Amino acid sequence: MTIAAVQSDPTPAILPGSGGMRGALSDLFWRRPKFLLTLMLAPPLLWLGIVYIGSLFALLAQSFFSIDEFSGLINREFTLKTYGDLLQAANLDIILRTVTMAALVTLASAIIAFPIAYYAARYARGRWKALFYLGVMLPLWSSYLVKIYAWKLILAKEGILTWLLAKLNLLWLLDAWLSLPIVGGNSLSVSFTGTFIVFVYVWLPFMILPVQAALERVPGNLVEASSDLGASPGQTFRNVLFPLALPGIVAGSIFTFSLTLGDYIIPQIIGTSRLFIGQAVYSQQGTAGNIPLAAAFTVVPIVIMGFYLWGAKRMGAFDAL
Amino acid sequence: MRSDRGQRAPLGLKIAAACGLLFLHLPILLIFVYAFTTEEKSFVWPPPGLTTQWFAVTWNRPDVWEALSLSVRVAAISTAIALVLGTLCAAAVSQTRFFGREAISLLVILPIALPGIITGIALRSAFSLADIPFSFWTIVLGHATFCVVVVYNNAVARFRRTSGSMIEASMDLGADGFQTFRHVVLPNIATALLAGGMLAFALSFDEVIVTTFTAGQQQTVPIWMLEELIRPRQRPVTNVVAMVVVLVTLLPILLAYYLTRDGDQIAGSGK
Repeated sequence: MTIAAVQSDPTPAILPGSGGMRGALSDLFWRRPKFLLTLMLAPPLLWLGIVYIGSLFALLAQSFFSIDEFSGLINREFTLKTYGDLLQAANLDIILRTVTMAALVTLASAIIAFPIAYYAARYARGRWKALFYLGVMLPLWSSYLVKIYAWKLILAKEGILTWLLAKLNLLWLLDAWLSLPIVGGNSLSVSFTGTFIVFVYVWLPFMILPVQAALERVPGNLVEASSDLGASPGQTFRNVLFPLALPGIVAGSIFTFSLTLGDYIIPQIIGTSRLFIGQAVYSQQGTAGNIPLAAAFTVVPIVIMGFYLWGAKRMGAFDAL
Repeated sequence: MRSDRGQRAPLGLKIAAACGLLFLHLPILLIFVYAFTTEEKSFVWPPPGLTTQWFAVTWNRPDVWEALSLSVRVAAISTAIALVLGTLCAAAVSQTRFFGREAISLLVILPIALPGIITGIALRSAFSLADIPFSFWTIVLGHATFCVVVVYNNAVARFRRTSGSMIEASMDLGADGFQTFRHVVLPNIATALLAGGMLAFALSFDEVIVTTFTAGQQQTVPIWMLEELIRPRQRPVTNVVAMVVVLVTLLPILLAYYLTRDGDQIAGSGK
């Protein structure tokens, strides 16, 4: 009898499909997860593949074209002539200047970032931790141009820095610095020193966050053990903290280095008339109309960053990102 | 015995950290003071007097309003596109394992990992090769491309915390795929998406490097500002706009932080 009851029970163990197009689709997704996966991946991959990778290839292709010096028209035939132009002394100067600046900016950012990151990771708790976090996040996300503009206000000859130094009777120091070759100039806002300060300021948060992430993972008792074993604070820093923070520093340096390499707005607004890679690219494609040379120029930071990322990966920097 | 538990930070460290934070914040605060200065021609400090008249002057400037309206429209549409693409990509990458998964995350991150000028000039050369004229949509094309990554990062972090067994349970209880998405997946990832959207909006609203290559003659707020920085016309108006821009980007960031602060990955730690 029970068997008969079960057999006559119309309710199946599996619920009926909800029917219609929607149900059929839903069933199809369930039965063929690969189909759903393809459907989910197609829009973003098509977008990024066509818009971004396509554009990058268009750019790369342009670097193998050349410009006709008389007509100014672009000759769409394969040639290495543009890369030959890239290796002129003036252009090599630009590349060297940019790489040096990027290296100095990275170094300075690491030095300024470390105490902030270390304090935030080891000592800040609760409310203070949140405050530190926002304290780094807000400048990171504040408008890039407004930050540059703020420094134009600060570094201007009649600006707050000159005023402050005058109050402290230190104007002679500023004048002495500005009279130095290379780093000096008429005022800080038209000198390499100014460019350097603004670069450090704008990219600093990009360094703090990964260093802090790396330091968060250092157990506090490791530092205690080091000092218990008789190491001075300096020795603890050199032998324990610094090696453990290094992947974070390298991760941060990827940003500071790459961003400095490609920037053309900061040196244009605060700096000398000598060009950086980004400015060279911009002026070649804009006023000069030499898109092939501009394209070849952009290959330089791509290659440098390629090597940099390769080295960073070997140092384990990607685990700290 | 020496114990470091509850130990206070060394004074030197405290001072260095405090100086670093001041270095990060004082320049931005300075913008707020300059918005009220009576000085028109130079950046003289201290301001000779304070006034609010520049707010009224700025309010009546049609070029500022046009730039603002363009920026908001571009940011809104780019954010919408980035939300769809970023969420799809994050869902696919975090829910399933397949060949080429790593390559896809790299592809998503690439537009912000490479210097902006490369993205910009690449798009521009593609437009010129394909004979596409500059328009509102060329700006959106560029912005959406690099906004995908912020949405993606936030969504991936949240998907990682959402247990897959919840989706299975929903299906076992008879919900179809769409119902599961609507009632189980979406409520779980909603705040992460909102935070990602906020950050994408802020990123797009502030972008200048890529935009200079894709905008043609149109002016977004950052392009307007860049123009004023290179060829100043009315400095006090620039001061006021700068202050407003700081405030406009501040709100979405604070909101994004608030929405994700309990998670293991807080929104906005990458830009």
